[in-house]
Amino acid sequence: MTESALHVEHLWKIFGPRADRIIGTPDAELSRSALKEKTGNVVGVKDVSFDVAPGEVFVVMGLSGSGKSTLVRLLTRLIEPTAGSVVMNGQDMTAASEAQLRDLRRNHVSMVFQHFGLLPHRSVIDNVAYGLEVRGVSKKDRRATAAQVTELVGLKGYEKSYPDQLSGGMQQRVGLARALAGDPDLLLFDEPFSALDPLIRRDMQNEVIRLHRELGKTMVFITHDLAEALKLGDRVLIMRDGEVVQIGRPDEVVGAPADDYVREFVSDVPKSHVLTLKWVMRPVSDEVGADSPVLPAHTVVREAARSVLANRGPVRVSEDGKIVGMVDDEDILRVVVAEED
Amino acid sequence: MRQLNTKGARLVAVAASALFALSACGGGSVSDATKANESKAAAAGGDCGDFKIIVNPWVGYTADAYVVGEAAKEKLGCNVTYVELKEGGPSYKALASGDGDVILEEWSHAEELKAAVADGSAVDLGSPGNVGIIGWYVPGWLADEHPDVLDYNNLNKYAKDFATSESGGKGQFLGSDPTYTQYDEAIVKNLNLDFKVVFSGGETATVEAFKKAQENKEWLIGYFWEPQYIHAEVPMKRVALPPYSDGCDADKAKVACDYADTPLKKVAATKFMDSGSTAANLVKAFTWTNDDQNLVAKYITADKMSPEDAAKKWIADNQDKVDAWIK
Amino acid sequence: MSASTLDRPVELGAAPPEPEPKKRIPRWVGVLAAIVVWILVWSFTKGHNTLYLAGLDLTDLHVKLAKLGAGLGNNAFTDSVNTAINAIVDFLSKLVALPSAPSPAPVIGWLGVTAIATWVGYALANWRIAVLVLASFLSFGIFGFWQDSMGLLVVTFVSVVLAVLLGLPLAILIGVSKRAATVITLLLDLLQTMPTFVYLIFVFILFGIGAPAAVICTLAYALPPIVRISGFAIRDTNPGVLEATDSYGQSTWQRLVKVQVPMARKTIILGLNQTILAALSMAIIASYVNGPGLGKPVLAALTQNDFGRGLVPGMLIVLMGIMLDRLTTAASERSELIARGGGENVKRRRVILGALLVPVAAAVWYSTYALNAAVFPESQLGTNVANAANKWMDATVASLSGPAGALKDAITYGLLNPMQALLSTSPWWLSFAAILIIGLIIGGRKALVPTLICLLGLRLLDVWFDSMVVLNMTLVATLLVMVLALFFGVWMARSKRADLIIRPILDAGQTIPAFVYLIPVLALFDSTRFTAIVAAIVYAAPAAIKLVADGVRGVNPGTVEAGRSVGQTTWQEITKVQLPMAKGSLVLATNQGLLYVLAMVVIGGLVGAGALGYDVIYGLAHQEASGKGMAAGLSIVLLGVMIDRITRAAAARAGAD
Repeated sequence: MTESALHVEHLWKIFGPRADRIIGTPDAELSRSALKEKTGNVVGVKDVSFDVAPGEVFVVMGLSGSGKSTLVRLLTRLIEPTAGSVVMNGQDMTAASEAQLRDLRRNHVSMVFQHFGLLPHRSVIDNVAYGLEVRGVSKKDRRATAAQVTELVGLKGYEKSYPDQLSGGMQQRVGLARALAGDPDLLLFDEPFSALDPLIRRDMQNEVIRLHRELGKTMVFITHDLAEALKLGDRVLIMRDGEVVQIGRPDEVVGAPADDYVREFVSDVPKSHVLTLKWVMRPVSDEVGADSPVLPAHTVVREAARSVLANRGPVRVSEDGKIVGMVDDEDILRVVVAEED
Repeated sequence: MRQLNTKGARLVAVAASALFALSACGGGSVSDATKANESKAAAAGGDCGDFKIIVNPWVGYTADAYVVGEAAKEKLGCNVTYVELKEGGPSYKALASGDGDVILEEWSHAEELKAAVADGSAVDLGSPGNVGIIGWYVPGWLADEHPDVLDYNNLNKYAKDFATSESGGKGQFLGSDPTYTQYDEAIVKNLNLDFKVVFSGGETATVEAFKKAQENKEWLIGYFWEPQYIHAEVPMKRVALPPYSDGCDADKAKVACDYADTPLKKVAATKFMDSGSTAANLVKAFTWTNDDQNLVAKYITADKMSPEDAAKKWIADNQDKVDAWIK
Repeated sequence: MSASTLDRPVELGAAPPEPEPKKRIPRWVGVLAAIVVWILVWSFTKGHNTLYLAGLDLTDLHVKLAKLGAGLGNNAFTDSVNTAINAIVDFLSKLVALPSAPSPAPVIGWLGVTAIATWVGYALANWRIAVLVLASFLSFGIFGFWQDSMGLLVVTFVSVVLAVLLGLPLAILIGVSKRAATVITLLLDLLQTMPTFVYLIFVFILFGIGAPAAVICTLAYALPPIVRISGFAIRDTNPGVLEATDSYGQSTWQRLVKVQVPMARKTIILGLNQTILAALSMAIIASYVNGPGLGKPVLAALTQNDFGRGLVPGMLIVLMGIMLDRLTTAASERSELIARGGGENVKRRRVILGALLVPVAAAVWYSTYALNAAVFPESQLGTNVANAANKWMDATVASLSGPAGALKDAITYGLLNPMQALLSTSPWWLSFAAILIIGLIIGGRKALVPTLICLLGLRLLDVWFDSMVVLNMTLVATLLVMVLALFFGVWMARSKRADLIIRPILDAGQTIPAFVYLIPVLALFDSTRFTAIVAAIVYAAPAAIKLVADGVRGVNPGTVEAGRSVGQTTWQEITKVQLPMAKGSLVLATNQGLLYVLAMVVIGGLVGAGALGYDVIYGLAHQEASGKGMAAGLSIVLLGVMIDRITRAAAARAGAD
């Protein structure tokens, strides 16, 4: 990757006294609980590195206490990192001055929060315009921009309402609009839908997918919900106790879990929704007819199921214009039926 | 809500116009009253302006203050304010700050007076004609039944009879307002009396205590003074202490003699005396007797008149004396 | 750490708390043992080294302090403060309160002032408040206290404006800096533990007599609420919102003015409201230094033992308090509504307000013209009410004087004198050690250092004996307060009807200025320490009763129900469930009770209780004794801080149990 939207290298956060003295010593290798026992310090994020490509949706997934929320705050230094670097927009955040940091926050990154973080004393439109206001945009211009964005997230007509008059889902749309209003290069989402009802959560997820399609923003998305991670993410980073366990595409994570922890995790995932043909195909044999249909390797099993089952024999799978394998009814059903158990 | 608002606005408006009507009936105009004050001032030979009389908390002083004040209003057209203050420090600070113009009945805050005269904030204007007597008093019935109580040498004999819940087994000596001039504790100690000083807190409480003691034939000995109107109502007798001699009260901790008769004093703020106010001359000229003061004090307390009315009544009855102050 | 970065508390995988080791001896046994030892030692040593100092006696320290004090006032700073405040108060007083000679009336007469006030009531709030304002202003005049009422309003207004000007920056400091918060809170604690009466001597020495001194006294008491309430509202802004808005790159200033202050607005107005009420409650104390206002007639009534004449202006102070309270509350609700864009038709309202200005202007003009509209016409109503009140009081006192005397004697001989004997006739080192040990047992190690410092201070200030007398009265009065608080508090918590009847009485007791009921109490019990104690109980009991009632009611009903299900008796329910579970509120009530009582016991020095309160007042009047007055004032503060620290430490322990 030549030009990444976000480059994170050896990022650490240790909470507690003299946190900076620990990195580089053997203590840093201790487990979380052992370190707490020994020094009273708690590791939030441990030596995390990753890159996010422009336009990518990068999901960080972990259970509570895994350090994922700390990680996203380190990116814009809402929490100060203990060590490591975060390069964004060609600039190293960790070395940025107070003023540079403010400039980055104002113009390049926006964040959406789990509990919305809206200003109760401001109307929807003024909440949406807050980032622009902080930036110093004139009232007329920021109102105009905010009105457009408010419409974009489907809140037209609610401009003059106040946050406490809106449902949770609507409030999060305001949060989303606020983040979009500044036209940032990078959007950060900190478990934005965890506080919402399941139905509304699904709406909002689709909303994010739609917005991503329309606007093509780079996104870093934090969640504890694996299904959400797999649904939204181009790639997924799985965290545990502050450490990276696996980074990969959804099908990679499900198809080739890095360890037992991840395997345990993904065991309940409806695999047919995630796995692509690549993960179920077998080498080509003479069973397959030369005239059988060809499906691309990145087709998700569920989508491929209909054509595979409709075809009498196995179906061929292609990647980069070459036939790389084949699948038959049996291969498909193994994935689908496994979910019924 | 909107309906109510209009209604409310209307209500307020109606009330306002009703007030107009109320205040319209009777009374003259402000400018007439102002002119009247100005002409009074002119007749008295100059402007009076504001006149702030300090009033210390005993009724004799109240009589002084209101008689002078009402005379100043009536004859000189002054704008009189009565400034109620504790005697001593607070009163002298008021003279210095301009919060008060005169003290009409200074008993004996010698140190404060000396300091104020020295720093130029106040001037000593001499006596208002009254002589202050401070002493130890018992109710009349006690003096009648146990005449020997009037000699301090016999007090210890009766100490038990004077005991109360507050005196811790000793006899109780009733002090008055903590701000008054007093050294009873020193006297008790230096004469080896088996007494403890307990403070009533003020003139009225002391007066009530003596009244009650006389009515119910209770034992009581306490700090009291003349001029005070209650002497006319409740008989009291003064207890003889070792007689006062010059300087026997110089060191307040070592006093072992009776209080001196105090020629009372008028003290005024230098600024006020130099202001050219006609009230300054009135204060300089003001003088009357203990009987005059007791009469006005009686109007206020026994006859329940307001101080203003009491003063007005006395002024009406004693035009000649008042005219002599104005000249 | 950057200013716009938040600390996140992290508590991961914390081990379960260790079970506390069983306490060896219950605390009360320790206290009892300490007292027994104290009495034993006392019986051998009593009367020696008591440091008794007669009323007029001074020590070298007191003489030195007096000299020091004499040098403190009248400097460039105090002079300029005096001049500035005098100028403002003078201007306002001449405008609405005092006649400006040779005219017999202030610039704007009562009719004009009333019209303006009513209009302001309507403009800030609504027509109901306008009617309340109108009625209040008319009452000031009809009861014969127009000038004093306006005087009090002026002093209150100036003090509150100063409190806001000084207080909001301090509040913001609290909100922005943790270190500033610690320092400022410490100072506020001190100001609030200090009985208001003590302000007098220091203000008197620094600023002398008059409106400036009154304003500064008032300011000292009115400042803490607005600083504390607004400061912590700003500080406690929802951290989620702060973080979210920080993430948009706001500067510290933007964060303050766009997020923290607006979100704390409602609470800041509550702080303002509390500040106004606190300012009003200083009216009488301020009149000791010749502050203009309704406090003066109340104080005069106290020296003249004239209940009725104190009651009327006292009730007018209460009325003014109610008026300002409702006005600020309604104004804040309205502004909240408007800020939320709801409510009413703004344009229409502006038209009405504008139209109403015409009659207001007419009233103002008329009040500068007609004498009756300028000077409130005389009325006998106030005098009549006063006389009726006096008649009622005389009859009540006459009928109660027998039992009252018996009660006084019982408590004085049974409780007050023996305890005082122990506290004040012990050698000073004995009381010193005993108080320290008892403080340690009750408050724990946390109370040790403050108690030690306060005791050392008391010893050094050379009014030890008087301090012990005051401490004794405070303890006795608080004991009685707590007996009342337990009885009525539990009763109110358990019976809705009792609560409904008693609570308004308590509310009234809390609003009536203490000086007003000092008079009938004095008539009933004469000039004794018991009078001070009764006044202190009347003053402190309402707050303590309410705290206990609310605490007991707050006990988890589930627990009570569970107890009932195993068949506990009512007595068991109260003593085994409700009171132990409400322990925190009981200790808090004791803490509040002690501080309230201390404040009042000191004032009792004026009516026969003697000791420190007497020393302060005597020091005000006599230059040579002013050093002793200061020492007494400081001793009161130290007593207050000591009592406060011990009970607070005890409360913290009770909370932890």
